[in-house]
Amino acid sequence: MTYSWDFHSVWQYYDLFLWGLWISVVYTFGSIFFGIVIGLVTCAARLSSWKLLNVIARIYQEIFRCTPLLVQLLWFYYAFPLLVGGSMDNRVAALLTLALYVGAFYAEIFRGGIVSIDRGQHEAASAIGMSPGQSMRRIILPQALKRVLPSFINQSVIQFKNTSLVSVISVADLAYMAAVVNGQTYRPLESYTLMAGLYIAMLLPLTQAADWIERRLRVSD
Amino acid sequence: MNMTTNSTAAAPVIEAIGLQKNYGPLEVLKGLDLSLERGEVVALIGPSGSGKSTFIRCLNMMEIPTGGTIRFRQKRVGDRFRDKGEDIGIGTLRRHVGMVFQHFNLFPHKTVLENVTEGPIVVCKRPKAEARELAMDLLAQVGLGDKHAAYPAHLSGGQKQRVAIARALAMEPEVLLLDEVTSALDPELVGEVLAVIRGLADKGMTMAIVTHEMAFAADVASRVLFLDQGVIAESGSAEDVILNPQNPRLQGFVARFRG
Repeated sequence: MTYSWDFHSVWQYYDLFLWGLWISVVYTFGSIFFGIVIGLVTCAARLSSWKLLNVIARIYQEIFRCTPLLVQLLWFYYAFPLLVGGSMDNRVAALLTLALYVGAFYAEIFRGGIVSIDRGQHEAASAIGMSPGQSMRRIILPQALKRVLPSFINQSVIQFKNTSLVSVISVADLAYMAAVVNGQTYRPLESYTLMAGLYIAMLLPLTQAADWIERRLRVSD
Repeated sequence: MNMTTNSTAAAPVIEAIGLQKNYGPLEVLKGLDLSLERGEVVALIGPSGSGKSTFIRCLNMMEIPTGGTIRFRQKRVGDRFRDKGEDIGIGTLRRHVGMVFQHFNLFPHKTVLENVTEGPIVVCKRPKAEARELAMDLLAQVGLGDKHAAYPAHLSGGQKQRVAIARALAMEPEVLLLDEVTSALDPELVGEVLAVIRGLADKGMTMAIVTHEMAFAADVASRVLFLDQGVIAESGSAEDVILNPQNPRLQGFVARFRG
């Protein structure tokens, strides 16, 4: 038996796919933005000499690194509101969870990059009279940034794919829309293949760009 | 020459008084004194673990001493980055006391020229054009004028160390601290770095040099200190310390290097 493909009937809902794709992009970049902020703060806390900050940052990181994102989404949407009383908007729950999740990983990536820079770099900066802040900004961070860029982009690519999980709390992203179209057309093969194709179309240029940037940054090595 | 200039000339640029450094129960420096006058070149020699690197690193507060005092231009160096009251800040001290490291520690993400201009521009806030001119001058002095656009990764060890010396000189330091600057170099590259240092000595640069190059120390240093187990075991002219050692441990040490 040969399956007769019919993308035409599915493509009639292209506006749903495009809208879903837009929502996925918004949640990706939104959560990456807040994730960077959370990651930087957590990283600073981890590197601080203040013990209490250290412990708090670690606890946060381990909770979010050691539970599945799906579990976190369900917990924030269904459980957290009961804990504090009141209800939570599913979009807020989705963005909050995605940002906290990726922030925990970013923090570890940033921290790893900073501590991987040779101690001698900081000493050389200090020896010409730089303050700790100047040394961090001008000498340590630029080198650390370059070193963490591949892992950072990698984590961000994963983050884009992870946004598909917000469909379980009814956020109308690309995965959610594909399910809607499938419901309308009874064409799962076409609906879900188109969805997969759109994810690839978004991420392939990104991973290629990442490789290109990485090669360009290697100039000084 | 009147009394005033006489006493200024004799006044030490940098002094260590009763300097101590412990790492937990381990006493690395057990109360060392050193006073460097302008134009003096002091070589510190001694077996590894004798504390000579720690000592020189205390002089610009790269290591914070656990006891004793560092004085720069007759003023006490405090424990903060900035000046406070009568005390000189660590930042101020380092701005005037340069250091060159065993492993160069050039900034790999910056070109040779940027490595040298970084201090003058960022720390001294000098105009970029002026800093560039000074840097090109210094690079020419260390024989690397044509390498200004290269990245450190493309240089040999000897070239890297000469850039590191230019980077330290760009701060126009009053004292230069050299911490085993030829120990990480291939033997055939040692000479080019030593030649640069000898040139600085001839120009009257005040230096403290930790080195294993006995012949070089004997040649360039006006004073040689032999450190052993955290104290200055012998000190004097190169002639006395290296060529005619009295202390038996020093005799053994020097003999091994004569080989």
